[in-house]
Amino acid sequence: MAHRSAGVGRTVTGGNRASRLGANLAPVLEIQGLEKTYRSRRRGVRRALDGFDMVVEEGQIHGFLGPNGSGKTTTLRTLLGLIKADGGRMMIFGEEVPAALPRVIRRIGAIVESPQFFPHFSAYDTLSLLADAGGVPQRRVMEVLELVGLAQRARDRVKSYSLGMKQRLAVASALLKEPKLLILDEPANGLDPGGIREMRNLLRDLADSGMTVVLSSHILAEVQLICDSVTIISKGRRVTAGPVAEVVARHSGTGLRVRLEAAADLPLAADVLTQAGAKVTVHSDHLMVDSVEKPAWVTRTLAARNLYVSELTPVTADLESVFLELTETMPVPGQHRQVDQSVVVGDATAGRWGE
Amino acid sequence: MSLYKAELRRLGKRRVTRLTTLLGLLVLLGIAVGTFFSNQKIGPEEIAAAAREAEQAYQGTVDSILEERRRCEEARRTGVDAEQYPQDCSAIAPPTRESFPTEWYLPSTFEFRAEFESVLAGWALILALVAFVIGASFVGAEWSSGGMSNLLVWRPQRIQVLLTKLGALLTGLLGLTVLTGVAWFAAFWLIATLRGSTAGMTSGAWQSFILTGLRGVVLALVAGVVGFALASLGRNTALALGAAVAASIIGYVGVGVVLTIAEVQFVEAWQFTTYLDAWLQKKITLVDWNYCAQAVGECEPPEKDIVWQHSGVLLGAVVLITLGAALWFMRRRDVA
Repeated sequence: MAHRSAGVGRTVTGGNRASRLGANLAPVLEIQGLEKTYRSRRRGVRRALDGFDMVVEEGQIHGFLGPNGSGKTTTLRTLLGLIKADGGRMMIFGEEVPAALPRVIRRIGAIVESPQFFPHFSAYDTLSLLADAGGVPQRRVMEVLELVGLAQRARDRVKSYSLGMKQRLAVASALLKEPKLLILDEPANGLDPGGIREMRNLLRDLADSGMTVVLSSHILAEVQLICDSVTIISKGRRVTAGPVAEVVARHSGTGLRVRLEAAADLPLAADVLTQAGAKVTVHSDHLMVDSVEKPAWVTRTLAARNLYVSELTPVTADLESVFLELTETMPVPGQHRQVDQSVVVGDATAGRWGE
Repeated sequence: MSLYKAELRRLGKRRVTRLTTLLGLLVLLGIAVGTFFSNQKIGPEEIAAAAREAEQAYQGTVDSILEERRRCEEARRTGVDAEQYPQDCSAIAPPTRESFPTEWYLPSTFEFRAEFESVLAGWALILALVAFVIGASFVGAEWSSGGMSNLLVWRPQRIQVLLTKLGALLTGLLGLTVLTGVAWFAAFWLIATLRGSTAGMTSGAWQSFILTGLRGVVLALVAGVVGFALASLGRNTALALGAAVAASIIGYVGVGVVLTIAEVQFVEAWQFTTYLDAWLQKKITLVDWNYCAQAVGECEPPEKDIVWQHSGVLLGAVVLITLGAALWFMRRRDVA
């Protein structure tokens, strides 16, 4: 985005992130046992949220992840009072919503799903009307348009905007109130690579300034890069939550890719390692070995049985593989996964904070 | 107050508001201009010319009738084509001079007292149509564009948001109807002055026109509210317009056909257009002409009066039902 405030555009150091993570902060947002069931004559009964829990602490950038149809948008809409929950409890800034929403909404900026604006209004008019409706000073309109890089196109009709520009406008509308909690549903949708990086920097700066950000996105590499913590939802239930590094470590761990000089020896090698206490997965041309403290142990154990390693590579799991594993949405060659085909977790309390 | 101000601004900025208003104003302007050019002031010259024309018409008719009587007598005498004429040719008698009054031959002139009532009803119906479209679009487009969802994220008080929008709409429509109403009175007073007559305008006549005008304003506001409520219920402008078209067809043609087949007395009493007429004309008298169809001798057909109070109750009920339903659903339904 064209304009950068003091910190925008620089790379946020690990120190900033660490300070956000290290502080023992109060939850800004808490959801407990949220339930929502849709009933339709045509489509029958569908449980969109099935006892969903989520906690977001102050000053963090919190990733909210889940496959399509998992309940992310329903959660955010319920949180913002657009959808009525069938059960559960939601708190924002320590106040129960939706009852307290009129009181706390002034401190919340949000975009939910794809941005939709009146096509014949200009960006300036759109934000100016929202500012009037929310009692926000009109000077904020140009400030936020400047911040998201739309200042020079402010008077153009929204219908002439690209998807990325509409996305920027949506973010601008969410920032208009100078919120303490920013809820963004797919903010990078439609942005070009430069725009994604600018969005990342903007969000980091906002978090550094004390704003709490809840970010729903499918760009998992981006989430891993930017978020302090994550909640993953599947079929309306939380499948895991916690600081990003912990989630990745907890659910995938790190493994070793082992290749042998003779691929025919792979089954034998797998037996040897398994008997020695490792967790082994056999692939066509290599083994994946987990639960090993030192890579050298693999080399020694196999060499003792005259099996010689040609490659020993530590494989670090990323958020994407954790996500695919937890939601069981890993693509399978030759199969076409349907939208609702993701995992249902039996224990809704799995992966609570601090576990 | 800030939301009300924002909604009033939004209403004014909307393209549908501007285009529909412009279209309505153009139609009103067309009626005024057409009335101006199709009427003219009556003076001694016009009266003399009309008298001459009436006399010519009278003479022409007398001549042709006398010629016809002559042919009749000729036919009686010769027997050729005798069956085409009456037995007594003196039955073919020329009309009296009084049958050709001079007034019939006067050019069209706009008499304010006699004609403004119907012109005022035209203004009210056009404004009601404009108000319905603006009302429906004001909230319907907000729903279909996602604007309502955005707004509710800013102001999570659904009923307050909907009623504030309605308040802004009614303010705008009230301004539009009052301004055009005043302009309508002024324009036709001017037309009557230049192309007709303003004679006979007593305080009672003025009072009657002003009350009709006020009922016209109320009709436009009711149309705006109903359009708004229907579009809010269907969350779409097109749904409100479709409902209006369907209601018009069913409420007029459908009801008319079914009740006529069922031989119900005073079919018009079940058609909503009768109540629109009664609202604007103060009273409509329905006559059951079928009653005397089989009668022998003198027959007085029964009559039924529909007065503006009946229409008021109906309009009030429509507003209560549609707006009540819109508010109820706004409170209950999810904003998907």
